[in-house]
Amino acid sequence: MTVDVDEIDAHLARIPHAAAIGMELVSRDESGCIIRVPYADHLVGDPDTGVVHGGVLTALLDNASGMAVRAGPNNETSGGMATLDLRIDYMRPAEPGKDLLAHAECYRVTANVAFVRATAYHSERNDPIATSVATFMLGTGGVPKP
Amino acid sequence: MAALLAAIPYARFLGITAERKGNELTTVLPFSEHLIGNIWLPALHGGVIGAFLEITATVQLLFDTQCERLPKTIDISIDYLRSGRAAETYGRAVVTKHGRRVANVRAEIWQEERAKPIAAAHGHFLLTPV
Repeated sequence: MTVDVDEIDAHLARIPHAAAIGMELVSRDESGCIIRVPYADHLVGDPDTGVVHGGVLTALLDNASGMAVRAGPNNETSGGMATLDLRIDYMRPAEPGKDLLAHAECYRVTANVAFVRATAYHSERNDPIATSVATFMLGTGGVPKP
Repeated sequence: MAALLAAIPYARFLGITAERKGNELTTVLPFSEHLIGNIWLPALHGGVIGAFLEITATVQLLFDTQCERLPKTIDISIDYLRSGRAAETYGRAVVTKHGRRVANVRAEIWQEERAKPIAAAHGHFLLTPV
C-alpha cells in the first residue's frame, strides 16, 4: 500500500487543532506513522521549566494513533472511527526547546476494533518521553479521520 | 486557581478557566475553532479532551492539597464516551486517594448535561513535597 504523504499532510493541516499545535507528518507506511510537533511557547505546561504540557502529548499520541489505524495492515476501513480509550504513561518530562515526535503502530484490527500502541520521543524512539495504548471503534459512520 | 491556570501557557492557549463555588471547583473550556479535531461532525479533538481532563484533575489536586508546585502526571487513562460537540465543556474531578507520594484522581467532563459525560479519566500523579 502506498500512501501519498503530501495528501495526508494536507489533511492534517485541515484538522484545526492539529494545525493549532503545529502537527506535521514525518512518515507513514504499513509499519506505522510518525508525526512531529515543533516546540512552541504556547504549548508549555510549566512556566518555570519551559516543559511542554502533557496534554500536547495526549493530542499528538491520539492523532498519530488514529492515523496509524488507516496505515495499518489489512485495513480496508473507510468509514468513521472513534477513540474508545487512550492510556498514556509518562516516562520523563519532555526537554524544553526540543521538537516532539510520535510513532504509532496499529498492531491488530478486528471487525469492530483497532488496537494501537504509540511512543513519544525527541530523537531516539528507545528513549521515550511517553508511551500509549489506544483502542478505536471502527465503522462508526461519518467521515473518516485519517 | 484562575491565576494558576492563567500562568500555564498551554491552559491559556486552550482557554481553560476554573470557577469556585464554595468548596467545589468546576473547570470550564469555552468552545473555540482551534479545538476541533473533526471538521465534519464537528467534534473536539481527542487530545483536547484528554488535556482538559488532565488539567481538571491537576487543578482539583492542587485545590485539595494547597500545594504550590504542579503535580507530575505518571499515567492517565481516558475513556471517550460521546463525541465532544462544538459547545462549552465543563469538568469536575475527585481525588480518590491521596498518598504520601502519589495521588489517584478521577475526572469527568460534560457539555449540556452533567449526567451525560463526554469523557472520563483516571490518573496517577506524583506529588512534589512542599
